[in-house]
Parts: sequence; C-alpha cells; structure tokens
Amino acid sequence: MEFFFEVLIGGLLAGVMYSLVAIGFVLIYKASGVFNFAQGAMVLFAALTFVSLLERGVPFWLAFLITLTTMVALALLIERAVLRPLVNLSPITLFMATLGLSYMIEGFAQALWGAQVHGLELGISDEPLEVGGMLLSQFDLFAAGTAAALVALLALLFNKTRIGLSLRAVADDPLAALAVGIRLQRIWAVVWAVAGFVGLVAGLLWGARLGVQFSLSLVVLKALPVLIIGGFTSIGGAIAGGLIVGAAEKLAEVYLGPFVGGGIENWFPYVLAMLFLLVRPAGLFGERAIERV
Amino acid sequence: MSHPPSSPLLELQNISLSFKGVKAITDLSFAVAPGEICALIGPNGAGKSSLLNIINGVYRPQSGLIRFDRVEQRSMRPHAAAELGIARTFQNIALFKGMSVLDNVLTGRNLKRRSSWIEQALRVGRAAGEDDRQRAAAERVIEFLRIQPWRDAIVGRLPYGLQKRVELARALAAEPRLLLLDEPMAGMNAEEKAEMSRFIVEVNREYGTTVVLIEHDIGVVMGISDHVVVLDYGRKIGDGPPGEVRRDPEVIAAYLGTRH
Repeated sequence: MEFFFEVLIGGLLAGVMYSLVAIGFVLIYKASGVFNFAQGAMVLFAALTFVSLLERGVPFWLAFLITLTTMVALALLIERAVLRPLVNLSPITLFMATLGLSYMIEGFAQALWGAQVHGLELGISDEPLEVGGMLLSQFDLFAAGTAAALVALLALLFNKTRIGLSLRAVADDPLAALAVGIRLQRIWAVVWAVAGFVGLVAGLLWGARLGVQFSLSLVVLKALPVLIIGGFTSIGGAIAGGLIVGAAEKLAEVYLGPFVGGGIENWFPYVLAMLFLLVRPAGLFGERAIERV
Repeated sequence: MSHPPSSPLLELQNISLSFKGVKAITDLSFAVAPGEICALIGPNGAGKSSLLNIINGVYRPQSGLIRFDRVEQRSMRPHAAAELGIARTFQNIALFKGMSVLDNVLTGRNLKRRSSWIEQALRVGRAAGEDDRQRAAAERVIEFLRIQPWRDAIVGRLPYGLQKRVELARALAAEPRLLLLDEPMAGMNAEEKAEMSRFIVEVNREYGTTVVLIEHDIGVVMGISDHVVVLDYGRKIGDGPPGEVRRDPEVIAAYLGTRH
C-alpha cells in the first residue's frame, strides 16, 4: 500500500509540471478562443534565453528579469504584428497563425542561441526526500510549490481585478467588449505577456529536468490531454487535469504496464483524453457551450 | 430646454460610407439635440445600423464629419466613443453569454473605475470600496430595469426579451450621455414592446439621456420619439418631428406605403 501511495504522489507531483504548461494555453484560450500552438515554442524560447544568459555569466535574478522582459516584448510584438491584423477572423485562421508563429519563434531562438543542448541547474537537489516512509523527489516538491504560487498570483490578477472581467468579456464578444470601452488590444497584450511569464516558469522547471533543448517545445503535446481532461477555459481545470494525467500515467505504468510489456506511460494519457472527449467533451471544468435553438 | 437648439449633442455632416465600392450611406447629414429621443427609420438595408456603427466608431466613413459635444472628428474609435459617453446595444444581442446578468452590467462600469489593477489585486488605495460602489451602481440599474430576479442567472440561458433588457442595462450602467439602441424591440410582443418603450422614455426623462434608436414599429416610433430621421438606400429622405414626417409625401411613398 505504501508503494501505491508513493507512485500516486510521485505521479501527482509530476502532473503539476504538465499543469504548468497547460495554464499558458488556458490563458490565451480564455482571452481569444484560440489554441495557441506557439506556447511550446515560448517555453523553449524562455528557457533557452535564460540558460544562455546564465552561461554568459549573467547573475540568476538578472537573467530572470531580462528573460521576462524579452517575453513581454515578444508578447507585445505578437499582439501588434499577428493578432491585431487578424482580429475578427475565425479561430482556425488564428490557430494557423500560431502554428506559423511557433516555427518562427523556434527558428529565431535557434538563430540567436544555437541548437546545442544546455544543462540548467536551478540549485535544487534532486535527492529523494523521505516523507512518512515514502521517497519523494525534492525537485518535484519544489515544482509543485512554484505552481501553487503561480496559480495564487494568477487568481489574484484575474479574479480581483477588472482585467479578469474584461478578459472574459473579450473572449465572449469582442465587438460588445469594444462598445463598453474595453481596450481589446491591451487585454490581448496583457494575456500574452502573462502567458509568456508562465512559459518562462515552465521552461525553467522543464529545462532543469530535461535539459534545455529543442524537444522542449514538444511539451505542448503533453499539455493536450491535460487540457482535454481539465477543460480549455479553466486554470483550476488545468491543475486538476495535470494531476489526473500525472497520477494516471504513473499508476498505469506500474500496475498495467507489466501485462502489456511496459512503456504505456507515453500513450496512456491520450487514451484517457479520448475517453473524456466521448463522455465529457468540455472537460471537467470547461465552460459548456450554451445553445438556444 | 436648457440648451439652445443651435448646439446639438451629435451632428453628422455629409457622411458617406461604402463597402468595397457598394454605397451604404451617401452624403448624409443630421443633428441630434441634447435630451431628445431621435428615431432612425427606413426599410431594411437603408443604412440605419451602419449609421450607428459610424457613431460609435465600429465603421469609419470615407468622408464627412462627426461632431459630438462640439468636438469635430473625421471618425470615431469604439474606445474613444465609450469614453465620450456613447453607449449602445446591438441588433443581434451582443451580451457576454457565459457571464451572469450582474457581471454583464458590471462590464458596463468598466470606464468608471479609477484604481489601477495593482490596487485592485491588493484591495488597497483607490480600489478599497470601489468594488462596492461599482456593484451598487450596477444593482441600481438592475433594479431600474426590473431584472433583479435574474441578476445571478447566466445570460445565455435567459429568454430573448430579457436579454434585450440586460443589454440595455449594460449600456445604462455606463451612465451614457448618448444611448444608441439598435432595434431594442425587435422580436418582442406588444406587451414587451410597451414595457421597453416605457423604460426608454423613463431613462430619457429621468437622466436626461439623449437617445438615438432604430425601430421598425411605426406606432412605437411615433409614440416615443421627439424627432424622426427617415433613410432610404443610404440617403436621408425625411427629418423632423414625427407628426411632420408622417405627412411628408416622399416618406409615405418610400416607406409607409402610398395610400390607395
């Protein structure tokens, strides 16, 4: 039984890492109804910029600040050069734009910092920690704490300020939002900047775990089942979805794996997501579309 | 009237608008006096909605001038229009469907907030108390339009007539000087129309809000408006008090139908 809980908690903590990536998607989806394929590239770009600055002898906090500024500048640029001209076009058009954006950001990152793999050391030891007889990864605990702080910060920003209400308004009906005096462009810029910040945090943690390399942008694919399960429009859903995916894949690997020859960790989340699509297409916490006929 | 009739609140001068060569509005001018209810009437496709869209900056006319409160501009911007005190409703209800009635009305208070988002997040400085004041203002509008029973309901689930009223509430929450209503009574039955007319007249009397509205029901138009502007194929064919417009032979021929 102790082993079961060890696997479960290990899985939940690993799931938080997925949630971190998924939150970035949720923010942009909520504000513009667009699945931002470029989120993964943003994660990569942030991690790569940060680690490259670190390697050039820039102190940790300064590197963090410079990277954050870069991400905000990138967000403003995207808003002006891509989103503003495409306003009022269909979601699929915007999705295609983010697809293109994704490759542009990756290409730019590569041109700027090179293509080699970088190790990233955040100064957290990965020694397992013994808690109540269970061995837990210190790094995972740190990641979970960071995610909790991030979610608290976002909740403050989006629930206590008028940005939150404006954000939902813009997502719901851009024309009406304009008519009540909401500055569409500003809201988009804020959201993309915050998504860039979330990408930076995710990039640092994922970079420290896997090394900063181009496959980092593929964490996007792991965020997909998380979003389908949790719902595209809820930050809480992204957390829940991440936990479910993390726990389910680890438990499946340990308990079902031996029967099918192992290696199911990689595809099990997608099977789970498929089941959710069949039963609850809006996800656990997603807004279900209201239709009056 | 406190204002001399010579200084209108809103004045359009020689406005022309076309979409890719198709003329929607041709050389149109009219003025709206402060405190009046002005109705825009005309057959479908006459350019009435386009006109509202020009006034609140959704469309930018190719030529002409817009004067609001004596400030002259070539065109408006939606945000600037909102800041000048122009609020509106839309022909095909544009509410935030996933949000509650109260939240919808609160978005109308968007420009009334003075505190920064940092103050709001931490509930310090100007933000302290502001939330309650905005909410109270929203509740007053909700009460005024008698939609309290649905204040927490999700707007998308409400019947059509109520949605129209919520949209009016959101516009009123901004405490506008000029209220643009695009077919506020479309699809309503006689009873709902009478109720909506009462609300519009009440807003006009009680707050002195100037109203420009588009309406097809001639009975309603003649009953509540001080001033009627008639459009046909993007041109103005009539402009004056309802009684006068009703007798204008050109208007009768084009819109009300010739008497046989």
